[in-house]
Amino acid sequence: MISKTINLTLKVWRQNREEKKGRLENYHAKDISVDMSFLEMIDVVNEDLTKNRKEPIAFDHDCREGICGMCGAVINGRVHGHEKETTLCQLHMRHFSDGDTIVIEPWRSRAFPLIKDLVVDRSALDRIIAAGGYISVNTGGAPDANGLPIAREVAETAFNAAACIGCGACVAACPNASAMLFVSAKVSHLALLPQGRPEAAKRVQAMVRLMDECGFGNCSNETECEAECPKGISILNIAWLNREFLKAEFS
Amino acid sequence: MNWFIAFLGSSIGKKLMMALTGLCFCLFLSIHLIGNLTLYGGKAMFLSYVEHLHALGPLISVAEFGLLTFAIIHVSTGLILFWQNLQARPIRYKVSKRAGGRTIGSSTMPYTGVLILIFIVIHLLNFHFIDHSRQTVFQAMNYTFSALPYVIFYTSAVIVVAIHVSHGFWSLFQTLGANHTKYMPAIKGLGIILSVIFAAGFGFIPVYVGFIM
Repeated sequence: MISKTINLTLKVWRQNREEKKGRLENYHAKDISVDMSFLEMIDVVNEDLTKNRKEPIAFDHDCREGICGMCGAVINGRVHGHEKETTLCQLHMRHFSDGDTIVIEPWRSRAFPLIKDLVVDRSALDRIIAAGGYISVNTGGAPDANGLPIAREVAETAFNAAACIGCGACVAACPNASAMLFVSAKVSHLALLPQGRPEAAKRVQAMVRLMDECGFGNCSNETECEAECPKGISILNIAWLNREFLKAEFS
Repeated sequence: MNWFIAFLGSSIGKKLMMALTGLCFCLFLSIHLIGNLTLYGGKAMFLSYVEHLHALGPLISVAEFGLLTFAIIHVSTGLILFWQNLQARPIRYKVSKRAGGRTIGSSTMPYTGVLILIFIVIHLLNFHFIDHSRQTVFQAMNYTFSALPYVIFYTSAVIVVAIHVSHGFWSLFQTLGANHTKYMPAIKGLGIILSVIFAAGFGFIPVYVGFIM
């Protein structure tokens, strides 16, 4: 079966490592199957560019099944594209029409310096995790599975927060380029579970302090992050983060 | 004490200052509106309210000092946040669309905030910093609202206040950590109701004084 194909005009942000300023450049994406993912569409364009001895478009990607958090770009002003709870690799070309013009830009944040084209350095998120986004289990055997009862609702809520893949979409979507949704997801995920409680106060203080140092903006409850998060992380987590932080600071 | 200053300087500390001072302003606006409603009871009732209010003496001075302090905290923290948030994205998007989170209120907070500050200064010049021995507040009000531009200015200004409150009210609960799936819809609803009450309650007074009374 031959699937339907479409032709598109792409306006892609191009910027070399050495360049201080980038620009949008036009490309034609011809005969794109509507069954392709957005990244596969860029692969096709890059194939063409390489054949014509031109520099292919640099973009981040890894698992291509929406769980690793590597991919991401701003498509026509929408983070990871306009489909709800979708990563860029899971955005399919059937959501576009023949003749569409698509503007593709990298995540924009002072804390995410641009590396090349659509690739940005998101190691600030890793540094926040390293500051406290873990539990310390230094020794001993694995505990008995039923030794520590956790209510199903609590486990589910923690798991919903743990669904964060750290892609940085919340930062890209936030009008203030704030990383509060990311930090709150990590804090809630660990603080909700008994294993995370002993270090909860220390963790939230260290992670918030590092977040502030990294140059992210301040949360003003615009809730764009929640609307754009590919994993549907709720801003309830931000309220919990605020509460955990206040508790830690005043105790 | 160092920990407290460091806390206030953190992103969440600044949010908390905005939230707590904002909550105080919401309470102040509610009391202010209830007081102003005595106007509909006629001149005598309104002046009696003014007299009773001023009879509180030192309490009024304490309240005024408190409001001024809160205003300084709210405005300066707000301006710092606005500046820092602009800095956090040095290169803007060429194409930027809303995903459905932002509202008129949330996207205009710094701007409505500055407009409200200008309005408060003018409002105080019209009614507070006047020679109270030569005219009553009632006379000052009649005089101010006899001019159509002032009626329009005051009514539009309170609509700006309402827009600010429409985001500020629920937002302050979120900042205080009081977001719960059970109660948040009610808090959001209350915020909208409060904004409408402020806009209608304060906004109709200049029209009433200028045209009806």
